[in-house]
Parts: sequence; C-alpha cells; structure tokens
Amino acid sequence: MSSSHSAIIESVVISDQTPESIAQRKTIWVTFYILLAITAFEFVIAFLKGPMGMPKLLVITIFVTLTLVKAFYIVAEFMHLKHEAKGLIMSIVVPITFIVWLLVALLTEGGAMITRWFH
Amino acid sequence: MSATATVISPSNDIWNGGVEPLNASYGKLMMWFFLVSDAFTFSALLITYGLIRYSFPAYNGEVEAFAFSGSYWPIPEKVFTHFPFLHGIDLPLAFVGLMTFILIMSSVTMVLAVEAGHRNDKFAVQKWMLWTIFGGICFLSSQAWEWSIFIEGIDGWHANLKDNPYGPPAFADLFFFVTGFHGTHVLSGVVLNILIYYNTVMGVYERRGHYEMVEKVGLYWHFVDLVWVFVFTFFYLV
Repeated sequence: MSSSHSAIIESVVISDQTPESIAQRKTIWVTFYILLAITAFEFVIAFLKGPMGMPKLLVITIFVTLTLVKAFYIVAEFMHLKHEAKGLIMSIVVPITFIVWLLVALLTEGGAMITRWFH
Repeated sequence: MSATATVISPSNDIWNGGVEPLNASYGKLMMWFFLVSDAFTFSALLITYGLIRYSFPAYNGEVEAFAFSGSYWPIPEKVFTHFPFLHGIDLPLAFVGLMTFILIMSSVTMVLAVEAGHRNDKFAVQKWMLWTIFGGICFLSSQAWEWSIFIEGIDGWHANLKDNPYGPPAFADLFFFVTGFHGTHVLSGVVLNILIYYNTVMGVYERRGHYEMVEKVGLYWHFVDLVWVFVFTFFYLV
C-alpha cells in the first residue's frame, strides 16, 4: 500500500443473504413501488382533470405536492441522504430552500408582465 | 450467492487532516455540493419556464376544442401525443410516461449496484451497472425520438428556436433548453456509468477494497432522475 493511511487486510464472505442486505433491497423496491404508484396517480389526474372540471389551482397543488413527495423518496432513500449525518442533511436542504424564494419572486414577475403586455 | 474476497477495510473515509467531517468521505461530500449547485441551475431554468409561461395568456377553453395558436400557451397533452410504431393514434403523454418509467427503473438498478458494492460483490455490481447503462441509453434514444417528432412539427411547419406550430416561440425554446440540458446530463451520466463499469470489470475497485466510486456516480445518476421528476411535472403535467 502506497497510501499513508493504515489499512487492515481481511477476508470477508460475499453474500447477498445477510439480513442487512435483504433489508436494504427491500427498501429499494418499496421506494420504487411508491414512485411508480405516485406517477400512475399523476397520470390519472392528468386525464380526469378536464372531464371532472377540477379547478386549476387544485390540479397544480396536487401535482406539486406529489412531485415533492417523489423528490423526498429519491433523495432520502435512493441518494441515502436520510441516513447521513445531520450536518450533511442540513448543508444540502437549507440552501435548497432559497429556490422557493426565486420561484415566488419570478412567478410574481411573470404575473406582472402579463398585466403590462395584454391588458 | 456466496464467495470469499480479500478486502482492505476502508480507511478512505478519513481526510488528510485525520478526521472525517460530517461522516462522509471528501469525494462524496463534494459530489453532494456539486449537486446542490446543479440543482440551482436546473431550478433557474424551470422557474424561467414558469415566469415566461405565466407572462403569456393561458388557454381557457374546452380541451376538446383546443387549437394551436401563437397567442396563448399550448396545453402539453395536445403537443405530446405520439408513440413509436403507433402512428396516427392519439396517445397523450403516454410516451413521456414510458420515459419516466425507464429513468426511475434505471435509478433502481443503480441503487442495487451501490448495494452490491457495499458487499464487495463484483459480479452483481457489473450486472446492475450494465442494466443502468442500458436504461440510460433507452432514455436518450427516447428523447432523440421525442425531439425529432417535436421538430417535425405539423403539416410541414417545423419547430425551431424562432418559430413553431404549437404556440409562442418561447414554448419551443424552453422545450429545447430544458429537456436538452437534462439530456446532456443523462449523456454525461451514461459516460460516467460506462467508466465505472469498465473499472469494476478491470478490478480497480476490488484492489482498492471498496466500491465508493459506484456510490458517488450513483448520487449523480439519481440526481438526473430527480430533475426529470420536476421536468415531467412542470413541462408535461401542469
């Protein structure tokens, strides 16, 4: 080893049947089915919103909420962030909240532009 | 499956200062910070879409009576209606639904490769990396097809950056920029995945004693999937 770090050489058994490995794979597949079910539900809404005469604001609220739920599962389970140190979780999640600020600011701006151009 | 392997227990997590900030290796932490900056870039693009979309009038009539016009924003289920080999059949959003499924599925195979890496199971890492690369290529091919249909336009009226048959020019501009920027990320991801697969086959990580590179590239790959979830909602559903 050219590395300056200490290294311990050991022999391990490779097995995909350890309780830990089985539990991890179960979590992965459960997450997959949740994502699949939410996406399928979004499709149902996309096709029912017209015939059912759902208000636009309600439809947008449903889609945005479901998207955030999907984002949570991808980041928390697939990217494993839920199981990282609290400091790491905070350094990722806190800066992301600034996006909400940009979103609110620019959508307000978009609303102001339509009033100027078309009225 | 059961076999034995010689493993150098991972001391890679310790940084040069002799400690391990935030219980993460340097490379993994930097990948996370890169992804935060990339999230800002994608948010800027998607929020720009929102800004421009809401600065145009919305179509307020019946969905059945919808006709393309440059004076209001088109409704997505009338633009994206094609499906390969099913020409002339109106299947709104079906193809983009398939693309979403492909990308989520490839995220699953990626996380299975990461899980196999934790067990130092070289064969399983190879298998799941190959499936992930396959999924990525399927997605890119689908996007190429989606773009060609979009550019083809309606009755000889092609879509480009200046003009398109669906709605205001900004609609096509944003379609090309947002899905194109995401597609470029997928392409980079596939290239990275191929490199990781190659290194796994060559035994690089086996000799190193850990498969953390699979995990780091996995983070990038899941991020690309995450971005698509948002593109899918804001571009195709809302």
